[in-house]
Amino acid sequence: MFHPWPWYVAGPLIGLFAPLLLWLGNRLFGVSSNLRHLCAAIQPRRIPYFGYDWRREGGWNLAFVAGIVIGGILAGVVFRNPEPVAIAASTRASLGALGIHDFTGLVPRELFSWRMLTTPGGLIAIVGGGFLVGFGTAYAGGCTSGHGISGVANLEVPSFIALAAFFAGGLLGTFFLVPLALGALR
Amino acid sequence: MTGGAATAQRETRASVEMFSEAPSSGAHAPGLWVYLLVGVAFGIVLTKSEVISWFRIQEMFRFQGFHMFGVFATALPTATIGVQLLKRRWRRTLGGDPIAIPPKHLGKGVRYAVGGTIFGLGWALTGACPGPLFALLGSGVGVIVVAIASAMLGTWTYGLLRSRLPH
Repeated sequence: MFHPWPWYVAGPLIGLFAPLLLWLGNRLFGVSSNLRHLCAAIQPRRIPYFGYDWRREGGWNLAFVAGIVIGGILAGVVFRNPEPVAIAASTRASLGALGIHDFTGLVPRELFSWRMLTTPGGLIAIVGGGFLVGFGTAYAGGCTSGHGISGVANLEVPSFIALAAFFAGGLLGTFFLVPLALGALR
Repeated sequence: MTGGAATAQRETRASVEMFSEAPSSGAHAPGLWVYLLVGVAFGIVLTKSEVISWFRIQEMFRFQGFHMFGVFATALPTATIGVQLLKRRWRRTLGGDPIAIPPKHLGKGVRYAVGGTIFGLGWALTGACPGPLFALLGSGVGVIVVAIASAMLGTWTYGLLRSRLPH
């Protein structure tokens, strides 16, 4: 219960959620729509993209996301794994060279803390990274779940393109933006 | 017709297209609590599999470990088999409604390539895609609420610029 799950347990379980939601209520598994639903609920200006009935279209998905937060509390706080994430020694070395030395949590405390928000590095990673996630997923019309799993499972060409682009962007981010953010820490 | 009205009409049609998949608000639709429970299960799996870990994402993008690749390599076939069986064989939801997945429009494909790359940059920086952002919030990484707010701002900015972006 406290131990992390290996990939061969977690992967098939993750794969079950797309067919499960489809079977339960003809719902398309995809989390990034919720960012749009949340904007639609607030609706700071009358932008047509947010002009729809968010309760009707997104109510189920917002409930799903509230569940994800609760699941995070259960698995990450109540049944928290006390050990550091068992990443490869080479990754530790690579990140160590960039200035990351605390490997105790799910995320590096040296980057993800309230205090770091006042530094360029924290701003780039947390605020900049978050913005790119929100803008990019809206532009692409889906994220790792909506395109990467749902769309690919439905054998849709746009989703294969999107998944390849996610990875290409991730490589660029890892080798250019992450060193930039971590360099700005020092 | 003015240009503004034409844009508004186009936007409305596009919005309807995006959500044309939502027919199951009928008598058979499960209650919100069902989706909440499924979300709880998903949040547990995301957290226990460590796919929400910034360290795991770095390990993946640096090709230094198999964990994330193993997750994708087993999740994708499971999802594909499940979805294809539902679509082709069973064809009905639990409540008996027909299963219909609206196709995604390829268009010029720009939105998938460019939008996808932009998201990838953010994925590497935050170490989290949207699902994991919410799981991390639950896991006690409080500052992630700022990343979520920033992601909402990003989505809102897309909504603002939408008619001027190539798709």
